[in-house]
Amino acid sequence: MKNWQAGLLAAGFIALTASGAGAQTLRVGLQEDPDLLDPDLARSFVGRIVFTSLCDKLVDLGPDLDFVPQLATEWSWSPDNKALTLKLRQGVTFHDGEPFNAEAVKFNIERSLTLPGSTRRSEIAAVTSVDVVDPYTVRLNLSEPFAPLLAALSDRAGMMISPKAAREAGENFSRTPVCSGPYKFVERIAQDRIVLEKFPQYWNASAYPLEGVTYLPIPDTTVRLANLQSGGLDIIERTAPADLPTVRGDSSLKLEQATSLGYQGITLNVGNGPRADQPLGKDPKVREAFELAIDRNIVNQVGFEGEHTVGNQPVAPTNPFYAKSVPVPERDVERAKKLLEEAGHGRVKVELMTPNAPDSLRVAEVIQALAGEAGFDVSVNATEFATGLDRQTRGDFEAFLIGWSGRADPDGNIHTFVSCKGGLNDGKYCNPKVDEHLNAARTTTDTATRKAEYAKAAELYLADRQRIYMYHQNWFWAMTAALEGFKPHPDGMIRLEGVSLKK
Amino acid sequence: MLAYMARRLAVSIPTLLLISMLVFSLQLLLPGDPALAIAGEERSPEVLAAIRERYHLNDPVPVQYWYWLTGVLSGDMGESIRSRMPVTELILSKLPVTIQLAVMAMIIALAIGIPAGIVSAVRKGTAWDMGANVVALSGISIPNFWLGIMLIMLVSVQWGLLPASGYANPLEDPLRNIQTMIMPAFVLGTGIAAIMMRHTRSAMLSSLRADYVRTARAKGLSERIVVLRHALRNALIPVVTLGTLQLGELLSGAVLTEQIFTIPGFGKLIVDAVFNRDYAVVQGVVLFTGTAFILMNLLADMLYFLLNPRLRA
Repeated sequence: MKNWQAGLLAAGFIALTASGAGAQTLRVGLQEDPDLLDPDLARSFVGRIVFTSLCDKLVDLGPDLDFVPQLATEWSWSPDNKALTLKLRQGVTFHDGEPFNAEAVKFNIERSLTLPGSTRRSEIAAVTSVDVVDPYTVRLNLSEPFAPLLAALSDRAGMMISPKAAREAGENFSRTPVCSGPYKFVERIAQDRIVLEKFPQYWNASAYPLEGVTYLPIPDTTVRLANLQSGGLDIIERTAPADLPTVRGDSSLKLEQATSLGYQGITLNVGNGPRADQPLGKDPKVREAFELAIDRNIVNQVGFEGEHTVGNQPVAPTNPFYAKSVPVPERDVERAKKLLEEAGHGRVKVELMTPNAPDSLRVAEVIQALAGEAGFDVSVNATEFATGLDRQTRGDFEAFLIGWSGRADPDGNIHTFVSCKGGLNDGKYCNPKVDEHLNAARTTTDTATRKAEYAKAAELYLADRQRIYMYHQNWFWAMTAALEGFKPHPDGMIRLEGVSLKK
Repeated sequence: MLAYMARRLAVSIPTLLLISMLVFSLQLLLPGDPALAIAGEERSPEVLAAIRERYHLNDPVPVQYWYWLTGVLSGDMGESIRSRMPVTELILSKLPVTIQLAVMAMIIALAIGIPAGIVSAVRKGTAWDMGANVVALSGISIPNFWLGIMLIMLVSVQWGLLPASGYANPLEDPLRNIQTMIMPAFVLGTGIAAIMMRHTRSAMLSSLRADYVRTARAKGLSERIVVLRHALRNALIPVVTLGTLQLGELLSGAVLTEQIFTIPGFGKLIVDAVFNRDYAVVQGVVLFTGTAFILMNLLADMLYFLLNPRLRA
């Protein structure tokens, strides 16, 4: 080979393989591509991760599930709990330079309530009107006391967008969202990336060392981890439990984790149409036998290398609202068999519907084996996820393996699923006494009273076993060792306050 | 020739209509409510109703088809149910990415497949031939997704030479563009190279046995000229046809490869749209793919026509 050819080839190779020196921009690997970047229309969990840096909320959620100030500095309930008054932070501007004030809050709350297709309306439906008390004080008037409102304001319903930008962009707001968060929107390429850059006028800008953040959706968990290992990403969310040994064994990486607000379990059809008419749907004793046949620790071990948190309630045992009076039951095959006998059954057939994802199938097979020992013939019916949801809504199921990503207020995990008229109560379970306690918990803002009401409700609905809660996913964030200041939160969000990349 | 092409084009319009009708009726067979799939956890009755209303999901399928068809005829393929992006814009933004990937893959395939095919035909029965056949066989049998993951693990994670995935606009960052595209192009290209090699080999073998090659040899021409100028030219005709058809397939989306390397191209668009039950995008993509296939077929016929003097007579 001639010298110049060799030189050219070498130069080309170096040029091709040299990786660009990155500025202080964080590259985040997401599991999916978010849907609409409009807090009032957004539907996906993954979108909330992007919103966390893009759109400030009235209230934020602390690592211990307490509410902390963000755009509202303080708040108070009226004596009858039918009005929430918020004092707003002064000197805040939206990314387009518009001022943030009480008028902006009024606009945002009203937009959430009236925008066609708003996904927020049901969360804050109790709000009847918004009063601008003074330029930095706003009062939300409610039709009835509704304690979970604060939790809604700590999520997308509390995200503030620029009224001017919202009016001008109309339907297209989600394509160029304008909020007041620490980072502002630069560009989005569908299925490829969402780019945000630092907003210098942010009220707390000095607490955000990073100059920007780029979100890259990479659905395959192995590829997401490979990108982190090869330096293409700085942090990834939802690392698969099976990949954790790799992360732990790599000295250039770090791992952080938090127990999620949600739950995974089995919804049983106890009253939705003719398919509820079978032993498991009709007889609480059979359901008790079914639960006693399952060992949650084995499910966790076989399904997820023991990396998730077992539990028996809609909130994890680590959650302040976990009812300690109803602990996780031990597996008891003998008692399960006896209960089946008492109920007058030999072997009981159960069709367990499950999403056709590998994780869910593994869990379903473990349940099949465990329940089989106690006298249940479980047939696993793997269904594509959207189809499963459809069948669940129509009552075309006996048992469905499904979860919920969780809400900050326990109400969001319980009320709509187990109250008689709950919108997501697809098993059509109904116990008026449970409703009484759940409604009582909504109307008071006193935490101790609320805990007591939720505990009383839990004692009842857990005994009825319309759902068998099994475990709570843990969020696993794998990141480069150079990343400093990351604090794991149970809501699964990535908050960038104090986060920096060491050079 | 022109009249023939015009006839072919005229026939393709009803074909496309038929394809689009088929796609619409297939939707009927798909279980699951798209509104539920799109709404996800936010599946309150009012949200579902709003989605159904906006995208005519409550209407009977023929009515939906009518909305879609009249839209398409006026150049509007509707908007994505998930992202509200215009389908035309989505397709047009993904297309250059996939075209680049397809062209790079095709270059790699030609650069490997044709020389390997020639060598193994000329040296039939030798170790060269055996070697090339083994390589071709593995090229055909190794699934792209496996080869892709192995390459990522080796080249990106172990050696740290290339980014594991992602994409950069060639106009903004040409270097990074090549860095991210080279591995997926290689994965795609090697698969096609194997097919090319097999076809080149058998076409070469039959041309090498042909009378005109014997004549050329009898004239005392060098073996190099005999092989490259006389035999190869004729052998290339079927290979070119194959190449254009493969290119059509590449354009319709290198589904798995784009998924593994997170290349935001056509294939990824299709997969995500199907998973999200994003009907508008699926329909647009199918229509577009159908058109691409028909055009590629047409192109293949034209090339065949140009290359083969016997057809022109």
